Formats: sequence, C-alpha cells, structure tokens
Amino acid sequence: MSTQDAAEPIEFYVRQSAHRGKGHAEHHEEPGTMLGFWIYLMSDCLLFGSLFAVHAVLGRNYAAGPSPADLFEIDMILVATFFLLFSSITYGFAVLRMDKSDLRGTQLWLIVTGVFGAGFLFLEVLEFSHLWHLGATPMASAFLSSFFTLVGTHGLHVTAGCIWLIVLLVQLQIHGLTRANRRRVLCLSLFWHFLDLIWIGVFSFVYLAGVLI
Amino acid sequence: MSASDNTAPQDHGEDHQEGGHSSFRSLMIGFVLSVILTVIPFYIVMGDVLDNRILAVAIVFALGATQMIVHIFYFLNVNSRVEEGWMAMALTFTVLLVVIVMAGSMWVMFHLEENMMPAQEQIDRIQSQP
Repeated sequence: MSTQDAAEPIEFYVRQSAHRGKGHAEHHEEPGTMLGFWIYLMSDCLLFGSLFAVHAVLGRNYAAGPSPADLFEIDMILVATFFLLFSSITYGFAVLRMDKSDLRGTQLWLIVTGVFGAGFLFLEVLEFSHLWHLGATPMASAFLSSFFTLVGTHGLHVTAGCIWLIVLLVQLQIHGLTRANRRRVLCLSLFWHFLDLIWIGVFSFVYLAGVLI
Repeated sequence: MSASDNTAPQDHGEDHQEGGHSSFRSLMIGFVLSVILTVIPFYIVMGDVLDNRILAVAIVFALGATQMIVHIFYFLNVNSRVEEGWMAMALTFTVLLVVIVMAGSMWVMFHLEENMMPAQEQIDRIQSQP
C-alpha cells in the first residue's frame, strides 16, 4: 500500500508504514487490527451513549418509588471503582511484562487483573440482589429500568472481558507469547481500559449525581 | 519472543505509537491522577461538603470528564499520532455523536414534558398567579 503513495494525490485509506514504531517492530506486522478493534469500541461507546441519554431522560421518574439517595450505597461504589481502577493498572503491568517477553509475569498480572474484575462483578451482583430484595426491581419505575439497563450492560461487558481474560490465559499457557497472543493481549487491554472509562461515566452520572440531585 | 526484544528498551513512553500500550511512566501518571480525580468527587458526595447542589454536580461532572481524558491519554494511549491519527479521529466523531444524542434527547424530552398534561402542583402554581 505504501508503494503507490506518490501516484495518489488524495488517500482515503489508512496507510501502514513498516517503520512507525521505533524499537518494537513485531507489534506492527499485523496492520489495522488495533484500529479495527478501536472502531468496534467506538460503536460500543455509542451504545453506552444512548443508554446514558435514556438515563438522563428517565433518571428522575421515580413513579413514587425509591430515589437514588434512598438506594445507593456510595461507599460500596467507591470500593468497586477502585477495584476497576486497580485492574486497569495491573493490566498495564501485564502489557509491560509482555514487552519484556516475560510469560510468567504477564500471566501473573493478568490473573491479578481478573481477580479485581471478578471482585467488581461480585460487588455489582451483591448490589443488584440487595436492590431486588428491597423491591427496587426494573419494573418499579422508569428510573430503575434505565438504571438496571445501563449498569447491567456495563456489568455484562465486564463479564465478557473476564471470560475473554480466562480464554486468553489458557491460550498463553498453551502457545506462549506468540504474535497472535500478543495482539490478543493488546486488544483486551483496549477493551479493559475502555470499560474502566465507561465506569467513570457511570459512577459520576448515575451514582454521584443521582444522589446529589 | 526473540532476543532482540530485550535490546529495545520499552520505557520511553513518548515513543509509543500504539493504542492500549502504555509505558510504566504514563501508567503511573494516569493512576495517580485517576486516584485523585476519583477521591475528590466521592469526598464531595460522601462528606456532604457543599451546600450548593448544582455546583457539586458541576464539579463531579467536570472531574469525571477530566478523568476520562486522563484514561484516554495515559491508559488507552490514544493521541493524535497513534495509527496516523485515525484512532483520535474515530474518537472525536464518536464523542460528537454522543454529545448530539445526549443533548438532543434531553432538549427534546424536557420540552415534551413541559407540554404534557400538567401535574396538580403545576395547576396550583398557575392558578395562584395574579
């Protein structure tokens, strides 16, 4: 693709030059994967954007039911937030170990990431069952419908990320740090950090602002 | 995998041109900033420090938006150079769409709500006007 750039005055495709990343060319031999995965994440971002818009519209229609200030336990949300933040940075450490071609280190940090992710999911299931026990089900009000849809979709994504993480650990165990596995680790890295980013929106917009207003 | 990996130092964060691939330094900067930007809004809400609720919500939103930008730069490592700018381009387009969807829905729906059959307190309010 890069050989014909002299002839083409305007280029609407993504050019891949072989010598972009100085020092670690092995990550660049599969061009376009990271960009394609990023495009998927952006479509996911639109999905969450729509759910945030729904919650913005319906979030104060309590239908004489409970309001956020009655339901949410902010200290548990803080713990869950830090679980996800820790899992983000431990995933970063895993990628750094992968750069050093340290298979054991990569696996170790990925396991730590998975433990934090599972902890986050455990807290979320605990919260949902608590709400359910109080009668604050999605059927109770429009606020709770949009709340469970938004937070549940995020939780579903984290669940998918955890399953992906387990599969990736098995693949790393069997095949080691092959080029395909390195690409997968980097894709899941984008996915995992992206979920943490969405969670920032959730705790600011749904929990903190919900309790304040 | 190969021995050449070890000869290439990976800690020069500014040289990385790949999404999802941060250096130790940028991870640490991002982590510290994230902790600060997480603790402040939770402190505002849990400590109940501000009497002005609107101001408190504005601060929570502003810090949340800042933390999202921190995540994009330091954890996702997306900037104008990665993938020759196409990741940043896709991100910009997505943010634009999300802003249109959110602002548009709220604008339309709140106008719609104004035109719905009024609740009893709204009727009382209008009737009590001189």
